[in-house]
Amino acid sequence: MILTRVNEQGWQENALRIAENHGRLVTLWGRQSAPGSFTMYAVFFDSNVGLEGMSLRLAKGVTSYPDLSNLFPCANRMQRAMWDLLGVSAANSLDTRAWLSHGAWPDDYFPLRKEFSGREVSKENQLDEYSFIDVIGDGVHEIAVGPVHAGIIEPGHFRFSVVGEKTLRLEQRLGYAHKGVDKAFERYSGLSGVQLASRICGDSTVAYSWAYCMALESAWKWKVPQRALWLRALMLERERVANHLGDLGAIGNDAGFTFGLTQFMILKEQWIRVNKTLFKHRFIMDCVIPGGTLYDINREDVAEILKQCKHTLREVKILKGIYEEHTGLQDRFISTGKVSKDVANKLGLTGLAARASDIKEDARELFPTYPYSELDFNISGAESGDVAARVSVRFDEIFESLRLISEIAEGLPEGQTQSNCKPPKKPTFGFGWIEGWRGGIFAGLHLDQTGQIDRAHIHDPSWQNWPALDYAVIGDIVPDFPLINKSFNLSYSGHDR
Amino acid sequence: MMWTTLKQIRKTGIIRENVPADLELVAINNIQDEILKVLGRALTIRLVDAGSCNGCELELNALGNAYYNLEGLGIKFVASPRHADMLLITGPISRNMLSALLITHEAIPEPKLVVAVGDCAVNGGVFGESYATIGAASKVIKVDHLIPGCPPSPAEILQGILNAVHYRLKKRPYFD
Ligand code: SF4
Repeated sequence: MILTRVNEQGWQENALRIAENHGRLVTLWGRQSAPGSFTMYAVFFDSNVGLEGMSLRLAKGVTSYPDLSNLFPCANRMQRAMWDLLGVSAANSLDTRAWLSHGAWPDDYFPLRKEFSGREVSKENQLDEYSFIDVIGDGVHEIAVGPVHAGIIEPGHFRFSVVGEKTLRLEQRLGYAHKGVDKAFERYSGLSGVQLASRICGDSTVAYSWAYCMALESAWKWKVPQRALWLRALMLERERVANHLGDLGAIGNDAGFTFGLTQFMILKEQWIRVNKTLFKHRFIMDCVIPGGTLYDINREDVAEILKQCKHTLREVKILKGIYEEHTGLQDRFISTGKVSKDVANKLGLTGLAARASDIKEDARELFPTYPYSELDFNISGAESGDVAARVSVRFDEIFESLRLISEIAEGLPEGQTQSNCKPPKKPTFGFGWIEGWRGGIFAGLHLDQTGQIDRAHIHDPSWQNWPALDYAVIGDIVPDFPLINKSFNLSYSGHDR
Repeated sequence: MMWTTLKQIRKTGIIRENVPADLELVAINNIQDEILKVLGRALTIRLVDAGSCNGCELELNALGNAYYNLEGLGIKFVASPRHADMLLITGPISRNMLSALLITHEAIPEPKLVVAVGDCAVNGGVFGESYATIGAASKVIKVDHLIPGCPPSPAEILQGILNAVHYRLKKRPYFD
């Protein structure tokens, strides 16, 4: 990735050029780069150039930078979050409501500023009211849901404006799972930070830890053994299959088909039990480590992996047939929760949800890190952008991952699974981009000359996709919300950090 | 379609019977009787995620699969705190969730049981105490029982839930 230093004008011109080329914003962050001065970073993906980054160093005492949300709507929440955490704002942005801060800490407390330790505790915990956008009209009323939801789900608040059963507008309020992760990273060294990175979003722990390690390894020019990279890909595809299995079951259940839930949950349980045998953890947490992987696998493991892939493939094929022929399910899936390609492009939809809206993007193909560059990977996709399309992409991705897992297990190169590295004695920066099961996880990592973390920014694709959910539900009935929501299954913790 | 579905159900059979008799699961077979003895009815649980990473939730969800068959054991997750006997808490108690947690806790009728699930709720985990998190659940609510682990396995959670019920009755723990 090229990271270009720009001035304010360059910041705007670059963004405009990328927007005109139909590129998209991958992530945005800021940091205090010297006492009293800040630097902003933005990373884009442009199909002509690939990943492209720019940094804007603000003059001492300046705390605002040109707004990007007029070109890339998904920048809105990212910019608001940067105000909450760093106290640097997008100039003239239309929406300046706090996003991650709910008022539990003072308005002039910006945890990412170096004068704060991050341990300061505010005595009052009087949370702010959030100014939701009012929808006014005959018969319009509001339904408020959360942050505590009915089931075993992460916390978040949804405000529906409805007429009768029809949803006119959905507005989300997130941030309930904010844990101060970005600040907490400052307490870690480059080597130990992976522990925290693995716990930002538990369902994507492999993708997060790999993105983090990739950033560290690129910063320190650390050469990782090939075998370890193949093993990481094996873990990542196993994580994808586990999540798709669970979600396909839950989606069936939300459409009233308990049989689907029961069957898929059995397959998922069998799947994660094998994770435990292979990698000592049901979700493969803490197994991707700087310089390689914690565990290796042997011949018997390979046999078990291949056997399970065959079994899972057979079962999922049967279940796919049942889902497809079930008229009741199809009736709920088709045309529900639609995000058209046009809207998806405007909002910068990403990952599996984008692929279901006919946007062929997947970091495994766009930005193939080793071993994906060696593997024969086929991108999945669907066109209709509805629940049915997201279900179909998930089925396809299970089949593709099962195939990849077999290919990896059989082709695993011999060699070590770990290597060492001497950290350079100067400040460094590195980045990583890994296609997790929801979409691309981007990690940007700034380290100081002692190898300590100065700033770690790990971006979840849910930042882009949450706002799209607001669009997906418009015109659908309220009882379809759980189904639509589940078909995306976005992350709260990964977003709130 | 109906036929394929039925065939699949028949082929899958009853999974609990096929569970390799791992230590943890043997004892679980008696849990239902125990719960009935203790409560005289199903045990109802309300979960509050106070900022977890979602790892603990994955395992709580797994409790519902055919292997652990939570509902078959007479344990049920309920939507309303007013219907709950037990509060399960996950996460390092984010300050943004504190008031929602306290309100939910308040709404559960006495005598309520409170169980902290996962290292985060037990002692703050990797997040600890900061401007954004409080750390251990016991700092804000009286906690009856702790289930450590990151995340604890479904079997460990089940054991913990049952132990909590037993401690309440001042009995010996069900699992030593
Ligand atoms: S205990 Fe571990 S799995 Fe559970 S919420 Fe905390 S970090 Fe996640």
